[in-house]
This record gives sequence, structure tokens and C-alpha cells, in this order.
Amino acid sequence: MMKSLATRLLGPLTLVLLALSFWLGLWVTPPDRVQGDLVRLVYVHPAMAWVALYVSFGTATIASALYLWKRTRSATLDRVAACAMEVSAVFIALTLITGSIWGRPTWGVWWAWDARLTSTAILGVFALAYLALRRAIEDPSARATRSAVFAIVAAINVPIIHFSVLWWKTLHQGATVFTANRTLLIHGSQAWTLLVSFVAFTLLFVWLLRARYRLEIARDTGRQSALHDALEARRREGARP
Amino acid sequence: MIRVALLVAAKDLRVEGRSRVLLWQVVPFGVVALVLAGLALGPDQAGRSSAAPGMFYLVMLFVTLLMVARSRAIDARAGTRDSVATLGLDPAGVFLGKSLALAIELWATGALLLAGTVVVLHTGLSGTLSAAPNVAITLGALAAAGVLHGALSGSGEGAATLLPMLSLPAFAPLLIAGERAYSAALYGGALWEWWTISLVALAAYVGLGVLLYGVLEES
Repeated sequence: MMKSLATRLLGPLTLVLLALSFWLGLWVTPPDRVQGDLVRLVYVHPAMAWVALYVSFGTATIASALYLWKRTRSATLDRVAACAMEVSAVFIALTLITGSIWGRPTWGVWWAWDARLTSTAILGVFALAYLALRRAIEDPSARATRSAVFAIVAAINVPIIHFSVLWWKTLHQGATVFTANRTLLIHGSQAWTLLVSFVAFTLLFVWLLRARYRLEIARDTGRQSALHDALEARRREGARP
Repeated sequence: MIRVALLVAAKDLRVEGRSRVLLWQVVPFGVVALVLAGLALGPDQAGRSSAAPGMFYLVMLFVTLLMVARSRAIDARAGTRDSVATLGLDPAGVFLGKSLALAIELWATGALLLAGTVVVLHTGLSGTLSAAPNVAITLGALAAAGVLHGALSGSGEGAATLLPMLSLPAFAPLLIAGERAYSAALYGGALWEWWTISLVALAAYVGLGVLLYGVLEES
């Protein structure tokens, strides 16, 4: 299969940008006046949350909604939704782990019963339940339909997570990069590092999604060829005198 | 749609009335679970614990799971789904009817268990009464979410284990909102934001159920 230039460049570019964001975050940017070196976690944690909640979960939800719409229904959309949800589950776990590592020295606890943290954990359980649902249903059409409905139901949680810091008094800080009227709150090397990190993790999502999608195609092809071989074997068996 | 909803609700309640599973199995389970919650808190804490609203909702959540699983088991009996399909009933009406029947069953169980919290966990009577409207809204939302997730988990072999896995994360915001509103009614505090969550959740689950229940039943 011929690969386009963009596809071939995706992996190396992602690795270069990830390396660049780690270098900027660990060596170039200064320690924070209040948080000290802990601020370096802030260069990865929000980017991971961005991928987990908005990019991957958003992709899974949109693909699911399009699957349920009869005009656009296709196995491709079902596969995209499933693969994006898997990536989302991984990134939700990473978001919670990095947040917890940051929270221990800052808040004094690994976990707080805070609206943002709790709602993110609930979304993580939704993502795991989605994957469990897919594994429980054998029929491909029923599996695709039910998973699509479940993804849409689960997506209600995303705006709750987003606005939780505004709706409730939370331990988790509010908007860090922009104020409510879109004024940038961080500047200089810190802003650049954060930007590079967001781009790097978004590309990592695209890379992982693509790899997972190809694996899913290979698995489906394998299933079909195994079924074909089994049918052929039965036919030969039946034709034997 | 409303006519279908009332027909289905009446049918489900009639099945429940004849079998008396709610009365002889589900309500006793709720009472036992509430007493066990008191035992888990310990004799010193059980009588004056601020955990009472949380315990009440946790028990109601398990009751909801039991009722949804039972409703799905009845529907899975040979011929039931086929006869509903043959009648050509509006799926949105079927969803509303099943949710209404489950809500009525949950309201009845909830009323008994609220009285139980007053007796066993010593919650104030006036606070409990003022929490009742929010409890009714939250249980209504639980019923709609339960019916939707019951349809999602299907009626196959793994449905019994799949149902809690799928529905518990959906129930969690309702549990939090209901518990906070009940606590606010008992001990004071902000109430409107928890009311808002319960109402929005009720509207969201009813809306999603009306839109998607048919797709699920077809699959």
C-alpha cells in the first residue's frame, strides 16, 4: 500500500514535537514563582486532558452520531469511534495520573473529591464501559448501533467536566491559558511550550488512531478470511464421497 | 405517543402488581440494605450521621438496577418483543411508558426508604419531607436512565453483568446531585444547583430515550 508523504511524516513529526515539548518543558522554561518545578507537569497534563476529553472523545461521539444517521452509516465510522474511544480511555487514565502526581505536593492528597476530578473519573468509567459493551456483543450491526448510542449518552459528561470549574467551587483551578474574555494568561517560553505540547499530543492522537484503525481492519480481514476458510473446509467435507 | 406510554406503563405496573416482586423482594432488599448501611456506619455514627442521604441514594441505585434487570427479563420472555414489534407501537411511547412505570415503582420504594432513614438513620422529618420533591425528580431521572441503559445492555447472556457497568457511570451524577440536595434540605446549604442537575438530567435522559430507544430495540 502506497503511503502519502503526510502519513509517512506523521510518526517522526510526532516524536520530534514530543521530544521538543519535553526539552522545552524540562530545560528551557523557568520554574514557576509559586509552584516551582511542579509547573513542568502543567506542560503535559492539560494537553493530555485536551486529547482525552475533546479530541478523542469528540471524535468517538461525532463518528457515533454519523453512524446512527442512516445516510452516513458505515463500518468505517464504527471502527473510528471504537478506536478513538480506546485512545480516549488511555488518555483519561494519563490525565488522572499526571493530575494526581501534581495534586499530591500541591493539595497534600493524591485524590480530592472535586467536581472536575470526579466527573473526569466518571468519563473514564464510561470509556471502559463502552469497551466492555463492544466486547459483549457478537453481532457487528447490533454492536455498532448500541455502542454508538452509548457514546452519545456518555458525551453528556464532557460539557459537565468543562464547565465544572465554573459551576462549582472546585479545588481544581479554573481556566489557566485564557480568561473568560479570551485574554492570554501565560506568556513567553511557557506559552510556546504549552502550544508545542498541545500540537504534539494532538498529532500523537492522530498517529495512535491511525495505527489502531489499521489493526482493526487487519483483524476484520483476518476474521473474514478465517470464516471463509472454515466454510470452504465444510464445503469440501460435504463434497467428499 | 402519550397513549402508548400510558398503555405500556399500565401493562408493566399490572405485571408488577400480579407478581408482587416489588413488594416481597425489592422493598425488603432495600430495607435490609438500609439497615446494613447503618451497621456499616457503626452504632455511634448511624444515629447522627451526615452520610444518611448518600446511603439512601446508594440503596435506591441498587434497587433501580434490580428493577431494570427484572423489567428486561420480563421483556426477554419468548414472544414479548415480537408482539410489541407486531403491534407497531411507537418506540418513544414504549420508552416513556416503561420509564413512567419504573419511576412509579421507584417512588413507592423511595417513600418507604425515606421513612426508613428517619427511623434507622435519625434524619429530621421536616428536612426529609422538604427533600421529597427533589428525590422524586432524581428518581424519575434514574428511571429514564435505567430504561435506556437496560435497552443498551440488551437481554443476552452477558446483560446481567453489563447493566451495572453501563449504568453506574450514568447514575453517578444523579447520585451526587440527589445526595447534595437531600443534605442541603437536612442541614442547609445551596440547593438550586443540585435541583438544576437533577432536572437537566431528567430532561436529557428522557430526550435521549425518546430519540434513541427505537434504534436500540431495532438492533
